[in-house]
Amino acid sequence: MNHSAERSVSTYLTGFVLAIILTAIPFGIVWGGLLTGTAVYAIIAVAAILQVLVHLVFFLHLDLKSTPAENLFFLGFAAVLIVIMVGGSLWIMIDLHHRMM
Amino acid sequence: MSETAVTGTASDLLEEEEKKSLESREFGFWVYLMTDAIIFALLFATYVVLSKNSAAGPTSKDVFDLRHTAGETALLLISSLTFGMATIAMAKGLSGRVIMWLVVTALLGVGFLAMEMMEFHGMIAKGAGPDVSGFLSAFFTLVGTHGLHVTFGTIGILVMIVQIPLKGLTPPVRSRLLRLGLFWHFLDIVWIGIFSVVYLPGVM
Repeated sequence: MNHSAERSVSTYLTGFVLAIILTAIPFGIVWGGLLTGTAVYAIIAVAAILQVLVHLVFFLHLDLKSTPAENLFFLGFAAVLIVIMVGGSLWIMIDLHHRMM
Repeated sequence: MSETAVTGTASDLLEEEEKKSLESREFGFWVYLMTDAIIFALLFATYVVLSKNSAAGPTSKDVFDLRHTAGETALLLISSLTFGMATIAMAKGLSGRVIMWLVVTALLGVGFLAMEMMEFHGMIAKGAGPDVSGFLSAFFTLVGTHGLHVTFGTIGILVMIVQIPLKGLTPPVRSRLLRLGLFWHFLDIVWIGIFSVVYLPGVM
């Protein structure tokens, strides 16, 4: 994050174009009603995850070399907490939902 | 950050000290962003659990307009690019251009907030306020929290627009702008989650 001088217009434009493409795909599919069912959810999820990565790399300039290790460590730690808390909550609530049926 | 040749004079030492303190602030801000990400993740989980509980009131299909969401998405994404342009201008030391790009970013932020206020106002006027159902409570909490963050980010940008002409691009000012940039790009990442979890599945 301390390498502002190395950042270039082309990095941001690359990220911007990739983000537009990854936004247009799920919007286009839902808008046009091209697909139905689980396939649509899968495409939305994959496009969202890819776009988050695009933002992290091209806008927040995360990479494995220049980003301080402790920042990456904290990102990983937050990701683990999110997976445990969100995954755990949804697991419990969906299970309860089925039992109430 | 400015490159300092370590020659051992007192001012160099001071500068070195300042650089370290700014770096620890940047790390602290990163820790804050990660905790904020956890807050948003839990609001997302709450929304997913409650999203079908419309209590015989309006459902997500009745209240969401994908064209409106696309407009908000475009404003936020373009504002991320213009903030990046401000960061590049800062690296080149062009304070005039930094201010220009920050003004553009602030206008896009205000545009986004105006669209969101219109959406909220329209929903409440149609009888789909946050008190109607679990779905709407969770929706207003999640999207409203994001909107509140954008409001504070926009205020931060306005503060920087005033601060840069007054103080110049000194190391503390550069550090503040970098941290504000992290915050702004982070909000765009949260918005990816909002349109992917709330709006797109909501209209299907």
